[in-house]
Amino acid sequence: MSDTPADVIGFYSTQLGVDEAAAESVLASALGRGGSFAELYFEHKRSGSLSFEDQQVKSTQASLSQGVGIRVVEGDAIGYAYTEDLSLDAMRSAAATAAQIAHGGSGIDPVDVTADSYPADRYSIASPSTSTPLADKVELLRRADDAARAYHSSIARVDASMVDEEKRVLIARSDGRMVADYQPLLRFNVSCLSEIDGERRNARWGGGGRMGMPYFDDHTPESLAEEAARQAVLQQKAREAPAGTFPVVLAAGDSGILLHEAVGHGLEADFNRKETSNYSNRIGQSVASELVTVIDDATLNLSRGSVNVDDEGEVAGHNLLIENGQLAAYMQDRISSDHFGVAPSGNGRRQSFRHSPMPRMTNTYMTAGDDEPEDLIRRVEYGIYCKAFSGGQVNITNGDFVFSVTEGYLIENGQISAPIRDVNLIGNGPDVLSKVTGVGHDLEMSDGRWTCGKSGQSVPVGVGIPTVLVSGITVGGTQMRTGAGMSA
Amino acid sequence: MTTTTLSTEPLELASRLLELAEAAGADQADAVAVSSTNASTTVRKQQVEKVSESTARSVGLRVILDGRQATVSTSDVSDAALAETVETALELARVSEPDPFAGLAEPSEQARSTPQLALFDEQIPEIDGEHRLGQALACEQSAIDADPRIVNSGGATFSTNFSSFALVDTNGFAGAYADTSASMWVEVMAQEEDGQLRNAGWSTSERSLHRLDKPEDVGREAAARALRQLGASKASTCEVPVVWEPRMAAGLAGIVAGAASGEALYRKATFLADRQETMVASPLLTIIDDATLTNRLGSRPFDGEGVVTRRNALVERGMFQGFLFDSYNARRLDAVSTGSAWRSVGGLPQIGSGNLSIEAGQTSPEAIISEIDDGLYLTTLMGFGINYTTGDFSRGAAGIWIRNGELAEPVQEINVSGNLLEMFQRIDAVGNDAQWFGATSAPTLRMSRMTVSGV
Repeated sequence: MSDTPADVIGFYSTQLGVDEAAAESVLASALGRGGSFAELYFEHKRSGSLSFEDQQVKSTQASLSQGVGIRVVEGDAIGYAYTEDLSLDAMRSAAATAAQIAHGGSGIDPVDVTADSYPADRYSIASPSTSTPLADKVELLRRADDAARAYHSSIARVDASMVDEEKRVLIARSDGRMVADYQPLLRFNVSCLSEIDGERRNARWGGGGRMGMPYFDDHTPESLAEEAARQAVLQQKAREAPAGTFPVVLAAGDSGILLHEAVGHGLEADFNRKETSNYSNRIGQSVASELVTVIDDATLNLSRGSVNVDDEGEVAGHNLLIENGQLAAYMQDRISSDHFGVAPSGNGRRQSFRHSPMPRMTNTYMTAGDDEPEDLIRRVEYGIYCKAFSGGQVNITNGDFVFSVTEGYLIENGQISAPIRDVNLIGNGPDVLSKVTGVGHDLEMSDGRWTCGKSGQSVPVGVGIPTVLVSGITVGGTQMRTGAGMSA
Repeated sequence: MTTTTLSTEPLELASRLLELAEAAGADQADAVAVSSTNASTTVRKQQVEKVSESTARSVGLRVILDGRQATVSTSDVSDAALAETVETALELARVSEPDPFAGLAEPSEQARSTPQLALFDEQIPEIDGEHRLGQALACEQSAIDADPRIVNSGGATFSTNFSSFALVDTNGFAGAYADTSASMWVEVMAQEEDGQLRNAGWSTSERSLHRLDKPEDVGREAAARALRQLGASKASTCEVPVVWEPRMAAGLAGIVAGAASGEALYRKATFLADRQETMVASPLLTIIDDATLTNRLGSRPFDGEGVVTRRNALVERGMFQGFLFDSYNARRLDAVSTGSAWRSVGGLPQIGSGNLSIEAGQTSPEAIISEIDDGLYLTTLMGFGINYTTGDFSRGAAGIWIRNGELAEPVQEINVSGNLLEMFQRIDAVGNDAQWFGATSAPTLRMSRMTVSGV
């Protein structure tokens, strides 16, 4: 069973000697030179990885990472220090380093720290994969390997891996709040190489979430491996993608990466507090087609991007970002919510105790519309249908964003036709979202495989979207094509 | 290397862990330990935004039992945690499967002495917060002062790091070295008449303080880059010559080094597979990997397996010279290690490059541009659109359009695409203006044709 918050608090107290009294002592050091707020983020993470290639186990890895990150806030400025040594002396010394941000003076008085209880029920799992015998995991990898090779005779190589972690976090703050959470995370990956007459094509697939072994009941290693193999074989038939601006139909699910880049990052409150986002000062304004409603939702059951509490100790929520095309709210962390005078939205996240928190997405998706997915394809005379992706990136300030398509097709006369080679698409956030001319009723969340990077910090996230028609995005293919695309 | 610069802690820690592993019955094992102290100050709009300072340390163990391999790492270095690390590693290795190629590096290839590479700047550990603050403030101020149209800032950061790395193995290798780095980074925004912002950043990163660009120069460069994007629009879809500014060309060197990984070769996941000693690029292109350069960020006395580092030619006058290897992939493909293993505490050795240099040519960048009637001067690339197996390249871009031999109007929200093998063949000019960006040096490059997607 996964730990309850009370179990995690007990773990810290009995295994690591970290309890309410220790937290109070370190917080007192943190506020020793003043400051308006201080917070301790304790992390104890065990992770494992198992990789399989050439039809055998290639390597097994395990790691333990533990420490505390100490933050002292003075206005909008922060002092930060961490230590892996959880002795009281070492923690107080790190706290004194973080305290250097404050300029002396009284600051606030440290208060009694009291463990807070809250419903931590978004990923209560019966059997964490971290306690599963290695031999059982090897069997899953072997099944994936067999299935990929059986899928097609051209599959020349299969690499499969499984990585998992269990993270116990404890957050203690100078306002007296102390919360704990147990956060499991599982990911299964398969990479396949298809080789026909010396022509090689590869593809990756995988999934996971904040789940235990029952993940594989619904997502068999065979199905994940066959999907990777299918995409690799398909690429053998792919032709050059066109160059120019064309209508694009985004398949439900992973295409949510478009939202993550086109609006998600731009709605993180730090960029808007600093007015460096092209969505700054636009709350209440139209930033997208009225067909577009976007939500960031940390509450989705077992999802890779879900959290019970964020890494600042706030209960993470279901936040409406864009409603029928109108900008409703930004994603907040503590410093930004103080700045804007709004409640924290539970989006303060960080990679580890070695990093200070900032506003981040959790699971970001577009709500379902009314269109039949097939109708959206039928409305395109010539364009692109996008199904699988390798990643994306955005420039927050000018709004330009890209995403790389690894499974895409031409649409010709309303029908999906030939597969195309890997291609990058580029658009401008508000411009592309204003060109959403159809939204399917088939909202689908990506199977958990996305990791988001910002300012050097990686956090697991989820994305989701129904089938969507965008009337024009620039497609970075190599095939010159005269004449513009059309869509109804 | 003096004892004041090299913390003895990592070497002692790694040795202690290795002894425990040998005592517990590991046939072959190595241990790696790292201690790294990082301090950083960020300012924004001339106010302090963040000050941080911490020392990280961790230790990792690899054990090999009859070819069965496992790695375990921990940031808890108490005796109990080290004992648990050894126990876990042996347990994991026993349930792993034998790999005939798993093993330590050949002792004959390992370093016997530590060459003086000037990796440690004695001044860096002495730097205080006031100095970091002053540098960050000066850097941002010069960017803001550059022009009244610079209206906002993403902030400026000055950071310093000093680290010690130690590696010991059961063949008797024991080595350690210390190094330093310092870096400075700034991002500012220029405003269009309609209020829209154009941003740009610039940075400098070196082993030694004296090599860093001056804060004022970093600030002015960031401002100039933001200002020159004012008025940017989309280009039309076309096929034109593309000039890669040195910073963009440096990225190409990294792509070649990635494609030249011996592990990618083993996996057949590189467009350079089967192309050793064939022409893969224009004769104008030479790319060298060299981890032995004095005072450079990519330099080190020995690699992540203790193997002596060296100079490896990747491409010489267009001909692909060969792949980079660690000892594991070298054994699998009947090659020799090129001293290219990188080792983190948490995993197996991985192949990577040291310092990369694209050799400069004879032509000035102005002359390279002056020969183009209609083309793109590439200053920004976005996204991950590189397929290493096929060489297909398709990425978001921004830059400046070239008209009649001169830089004309800025362009953005475009794509550039091609196949890397064709792109390398189409290099028809190499500038005389090579510059270092961290561990990579590159000059201006021109490709005779790429596809630009726009409106």
